[in-house]
Amino acid sequence: MNPLVEEKVGFKAPIVMASLGFVVILFFGFLGKEGDVAFQLSRRQDVIQLDPIIINAVLLGIVSGALMLLIAVFSTIQAVQNKRTPVWVSAIFGLIGVISLLGWLATGNSVPVAFIAGTALVLAVPIIFGSMAGVMSERVGVTNIAIEGQLLTGAFMAAVVSTITKSYTLGIIFAMSTAAIFSMILATFAIKYLAQQIIVGVVLNVLAIGVTNFLFQQWLKEDGENLNFPGTLDVIRIPVLSDIPILGPVLFENRLTVYFALIAVPLLWFVMFKTKLGLRARAVGEHPLAADTVGINVGRTRFWWVTLGGAMAGLGGAALTIGNAGAFGREMTGGIGFIALAVMILGRWHPITASLAALLFGFSIILRVWANQVSPGIPSDFITMVPYVVTIIAVVGFVGRSRAPKALAQPYVKG
Amino acid sequence: MKLELRGITKRFGTLVANDSINLTVEAGEIHALLGENGAGKSTLMNVLYGLYTADEGQILLDDKPQDFDGPGDAMAAGIGMVHQHFMLIPVFTVAENVALGNEPTGLLGSMDMAAARNKVLEISERFGFNVDPDALIEDLPVGIQQRVEIIKALSREARVLVLDEPTAVLTPQETDELMEIMRQLAKSGTSIVFITHKLREVKAVADKITVIRLGKVVGTASPDASTNELASMMVGREVELTVQKELSELGPALVEVKNISVLDDRLHRAVDDVSFDVFGGEILAIAGVQGNGQTELAEALVGVRSVIKGAGSIAVKGKDVTSASVRKVLEAGVAFIPEDRKKDGLVPEFTISENFMLNQSFTSRFTKGLNINFPLRKEIATDLVDRFDVRTPSIDTPAGKLSGGNQQKVVVARELARDVEVLIASQPTRGVDVGSIEFIHEQIVSERDRGKAVILISTELDEVLALADRIAVMYRGKIVGIVGPETPRETLGKMMAGVSA
Repeated sequence: MNPLVEEKVGFKAPIVMASLGFVVILFFGFLGKEGDVAFQLSRRQDVIQLDPIIINAVLLGIVSGALMLLIAVFSTIQAVQNKRTPVWVSAIFGLIGVISLLGWLATGNSVPVAFIAGTALVLAVPIIFGSMAGVMSERVGVTNIAIEGQLLTGAFMAAVVSTITKSYTLGIIFAMSTAAIFSMILATFAIKYLAQQIIVGVVLNVLAIGVTNFLFQQWLKEDGENLNFPGTLDVIRIPVLSDIPILGPVLFENRLTVYFALIAVPLLWFVMFKTKLGLRARAVGEHPLAADTVGINVGRTRFWWVTLGGAMAGLGGAALTIGNAGAFGREMTGGIGFIALAVMILGRWHPITASLAALLFGFSIILRVWANQVSPGIPSDFITMVPYVVTIIAVVGFVGRSRAPKALAQPYVKG
Repeated sequence: MKLELRGITKRFGTLVANDSINLTVEAGEIHALLGENGAGKSTLMNVLYGLYTADEGQILLDDKPQDFDGPGDAMAAGIGMVHQHFMLIPVFTVAENVALGNEPTGLLGSMDMAAARNKVLEISERFGFNVDPDALIEDLPVGIQQRVEIIKALSREARVLVLDEPTAVLTPQETDELMEIMRQLAKSGTSIVFITHKLREVKAVADKITVIRLGKVVGTASPDASTNELASMMVGREVELTVQKELSELGPALVEVKNISVLDDRLHRAVDDVSFDVFGGEILAIAGVQGNGQTELAEALVGVRSVIKGAGSIAVKGKDVTSASVRKVLEAGVAFIPEDRKKDGLVPEFTISENFMLNQSFTSRFTKGLNINFPLRKEIATDLVDRFDVRTPSIDTPAGKLSGGNQQKVVVARELARDVEVLIASQPTRGVDVGSIEFIHEQIVSERDRGKAVILISTELDEVLALADRIAVMYRGKIVGIVGPETPRETLGKMMAGVSA
């Protein structure tokens, strides 16, 4: 009621930024390895060839560090005036940090920019779909920690059905519908039987792991060639657009599952925030009784959003097998479902920001693989750590308080 | 539209909340439904609105029987309801809340927000509401939120409007404005059901009065019936409407609050530079409309919420307790009756005797080494139940099973059982039956007569006027002024709206 917000912005962001800037200028700059690094903007097969940017690694470190310190100064000035550092400034800061890290890792070598960005996107796709499943479910007030199980179900069905029927379309349809049915179990228990949603979620995850492990062991292993050998979807090049330097190969030369993700995220945003369906869904997640009093069927709304969320996760599973790996593997999700959950929270239950957070995780996976190749001297554990450290800093310093849907995990009982 | 309820019965388990209730509201009539807390008024209206299904009985609109399967059906039939606890989504805008469930759509099924906004503006202008369609609900004062609720009902062309305890959150001036709106609506043919337990309002605005007690209709009355007559119909016996209170001797200042400021959960400044002293033997009432910082002030006094650092101090008996732990504050001699007994006052699943020991679980009184001294606890609990007239089958009954009034007596008994010098009572009679109100008021006055300092936080002006020795009025976190108990109602009303005396 009082318009005077007393939230103190504080100096967390500038302090974090300044210390990161110092690390970069010191270790990547002054103490960095002497040598050149080439940022390759084009691949050999691209139509438009851009010259690689070759720069001295030490110089890059010093310049990046200096720029980062400059942003830290700006952030300090903002904080003194009790203003938040704008998100886009933090984003630029992060980008500069990433470039300096890449340059330092590849000193004396080259950085394939399009390859890294493209692979990061491909690896992020299952996480994106998983987090969309989470957003759809939690926005209507149902906690969904069964994303892992839904992804795994989708991955299994996509691989097996595609192999047997030799149709990727059927594979994707089965992946989505099976994961949706799997999600209906969560919906039914949570909405109809008012079960504790976390417990149901955990049980469903264990169930999915158990069933797929069993089938894999008993069935797929025997006759992998006829059951678990789907291969991957064709890479579709979109004419003209894929010729754009850098962006083209990253965004417009992909498998169908990546395009699905690129469409699904803005679509979900539109439905959730611009249509009456979305308004009703969010109302149900915030204040189910209020939604009920204006004639919205709370149970039905929750049921369908959770179920369709499952279908999303199923698609994410398909992206794992026929969109990337080419076969189903035992427990191949390996925690991606839980990362999707974290990504959803980091993205404040918003499709777009959650997807950007998912990209960060996709990048972390490819960074580890690539860093191992270009500079074997650096312990890969350290490299693996970097994106997570960045994430924690991002959460603490920049994201601020996030608000979960008010009625999350609360069953709605009518009188 | 004419509304008729015939023989409505609603049971919850063995409890009969509504016992074959008959009610007829003519078109354009303001019909007051008068009854105590827990008499079954809200249950009846929830049946009418389709939130509950009646076990027996019939609802007729313009003599046509209706069958509501949910609020959607009731709304479609022309029934609108302004709930006691607003059915608004705090993170949505006014326009989104009004549109919800009845959304104008445009291209590709997207929301037509311009149309939603215009609808709000149109109704808002028609009744002079002055509501901004783009404001977030959580940023609006409760008075405006209520108008949004009325706009919501009217936007669905409600012909029967139910207002459930609408004045509980309003200043006297806002109440007057609301009554004017009700008259205006009635003139345009809308039937209004006005649920309340406040006699003055009923007499001011109603055309007809139906009184409900313990789930039954006990009679009808016309608005020119005397206040005493209505009160005894509502309660079922003669009621003492005033509290007996003699002059008392003022002692030393027991509570000294200097320039404190407190933030609420959303980090807004809820209490802004507040200072006051409370002396032994007086009741200082803190009046004001709900949500003006009283809750946060009480929490800061007890130490549940911290005071903004650097500025201001709180002292009890001369000892500084600013932002001290709750236990330190309690040990300094403070008793606290929180405003929400179910949430903060009791552990509903615990038995009465367990609840009695909650604020003394560290002291040796109930304990013997590491154990609880059960015989002693039983003795004390039996004594307290007796002294504070808690109506319960046994001291081992879970506190949540008691009626609101008896629950509140458990809280009062626990707090007053300790030897304290200061009593902070926050909304001590909210949602409590008249008999318990009388009893609790007596207890508060007798604490004062024993030379203790009492801080009474209340949004009920009647309660404030009945008990207070001095009245501090809060508005938007500030104390507008501290005045004597003889101050006229109108002046207090103005102060509650922020005009200093």
